[in-house]
Amino acid sequence: MTSPTTPGMPAPPQVPPILRMLPAGGYAGRSRMLLLRSATASRRTWMAFVSGFFEPVFYLIAMGQGLGSLVGELPGPGGEMISYAAFIAPGLLAASAMNGAVFDSTYNVFFKLKYARLYDAMLATPLGPVDIALGEIGWALIRGGLYATGFLSVMAAFGLLTSPWALLALPAALVVAFAFAAIGMAATSFMRSWQDFDLVTLAILPMFLFATTFYPLSVYPRWLQLVVGCLPLFHAVELMRALTTGAVHLGLLGHLAYFLVMIALGITVAARRLDVLLLK
Amino acid sequence: MPNVSDALVQARGLRKRFGSFEAVRGIDVDVARGEVFGFLGPNGAGKSSTMRMIACVSPRTEGSLQVLGMDPGSDGPRIRARIGVVPQLDNLDAELSVRENLEIYGRYFGLSRRHVRAKAAELLEFAQLAERAGDPVEPLSGGMKRRLTIARSLVNDPELLLLDEPTTGLDPQARHLLWDRLYRLKRDGVTQIITTHYMDEAEQLCDRLVVMDGGVIVAEGSPTELIERYSTREVLELRFTPEARPEAGVLEPLVDRVEELPDRFLLYTADGERAQAELARAGLTPLSALVRRSSLEDVFLRLTGRTLVD
Ligand SMILES: Nc1ncnc2c1ncn2[C@@H]1O[C@H](COP(=O)(O)OP(=O)(O)OP(=O)(O)O)[C@@H](O)[C@H]1O
Ligand SMILES: [Mg+2]
Repeated sequence: MTSPTTPGMPAPPQVPPILRMLPAGGYAGRSRMLLLRSATASRRTWMAFVSGFFEPVFYLIAMGQGLGSLVGELPGPGGEMISYAAFIAPGLLAASAMNGAVFDSTYNVFFKLKYARLYDAMLATPLGPVDIALGEIGWALIRGGLYATGFLSVMAAFGLLTSPWALLALPAALVVAFAFAAIGMAATSFMRSWQDFDLVTLAILPMFLFATTFYPLSVYPRWLQLVVGCLPLFHAVELMRALTTGAVHLGLLGHLAYFLVMIALGITVAARRLDVLLLK
Repeated sequence: MPNVSDALVQARGLRKRFGSFEAVRGIDVDVARGEVFGFLGPNGAGKSSTMRMIACVSPRTEGSLQVLGMDPGSDGPRIRARIGVVPQLDNLDAELSVRENLEIYGRYFGLSRRHVRAKAAELLEFAQLAERAGDPVEPLSGGMKRRLTIARSLVNDPELLLLDEPTTGLDPQARHLLWDRLYRLKRDGVTQIITTHYMDEAEQLCDRLVVMDGGVIVAEGSPTELIERYSTREVLELRFTPEARPEAGVLEPLVDRVEELPDRFLLYTADGERAQAELARAGLTPLSALVRRSSLEDVFLRLTGRTLVD
């Protein structure tokens, strides 16, 4: 079908095969315009970025130096002895990638969805729910990535990166942030009111405390080890700790696969739900 | 009747259900290129529901709908690329400045940075917001926000503009400024579909309109045609003190038709002055009497038995 188009207005692209399971007509291939929008908007809200950067740094100093002087050294993932700070730093790295992504994809998205009617405005343009889902998840990912970069620099400055594999910690943090952003956005699409966000806190906080961020898995009884082994943050911490200490093995691909599944699931659910919520 | 080739919007038996509630109950609409078409009706008539279906953001439940010759169900993004939408409630981006609202919105259409920059400058002039270009959106007055929303809807040079109650909540001066902008767009050949509660707005702006009530179309025509068909040339409005208030039956022989409202009577007649004289001869003394020309308000009252804006 041909139609006269306005000059300078590109036709919508063909949908790549991987996106075929998403809502039809829901993808204009312009999710980067949402990134542009978020980047423009964030010029006025950069304070939020700064506080997100400092949070894990404060934990690292308080726990790593403070608690670390009592704990001394403990065995790292490769069996060699490492300082307590070197043990918790990768955990905090994973947690900060998670926190940044989750905050953006839950609170911020919910506000835009329910109160700012921002997505309604976007859907009046050729943009579709898939553009919105990808764009918002992408922004949460960028934010998580910036936190991770900042925190990795702090780790380097404290001498906590002991292996060249640590370079891979950044892309790994991006994958982790991506996965949490995708799942966060999918969850947000089911939220009815701000009360429901207590559930987010209820999921995030225990995960932060128990998913081997601060102690090794071996301190838990067997059944709790199994529970913790299912948590996404546990897999993120395992990945980061292996990379920053250089104890790399093939099993890490398993953790990676965990996150790829989270990503696929999150995007599919989020785009479908946006379709239902917004196009009624 | 417009023929198919220049019908920008064509609906047949169009319906919209929300759960078990049917908001639009089978309407037929044809909007020709270059025309300003109105949907007039009270709260809940189904105007916005219809507009959202035309804007391809709400799937229809039943019936056929063609917009710019395409089907919203399968060609939504293509259609949306060529239309402009002013929703009933402003949904400007509060995290962006006035100018950024225009520029970023233009980018959603895939327009180049350079193109939207020039376009935004032009639209800021059009909306008389050039001085506020760098300001955040939140502190703008209601009228300014509305003008910005209308400017935003023009960023892609739409062939068809959908305006859902463009002037609701604005003061008279702001309304007239908006009307003036809409006239200019019409002169430039932009087809417009407008919903409104305001009779004067419909009479001022619309070439043709439909009156909607309870999800159906109850009348269709140009404002003048509708007034000719459903009303008389003049209306005599009478107010009485509660003690002197006569029965409607007393007034009926004097004119073509009488409507009784809580606070007044409306007497429909070709000659208001003469009716007033006969009233005096019959010994009736109203508190106030006013002769005016018939308006769409009277058409609406006649068709639905209700007033449109109270
Ligand atoms: N998303 C929705 N879910 C359920 N009911 C809806 C929805 N949108 C509209 N309705 C109902 O459909 C009916 C028509 O609504 P609509 O907004 O189309 O009316 P309208 O003519 O635009 O009224 P108004 O002049 O108040 O804007 C109303 O009874 C409304 O409650
Ligand atoms: Mg409405």
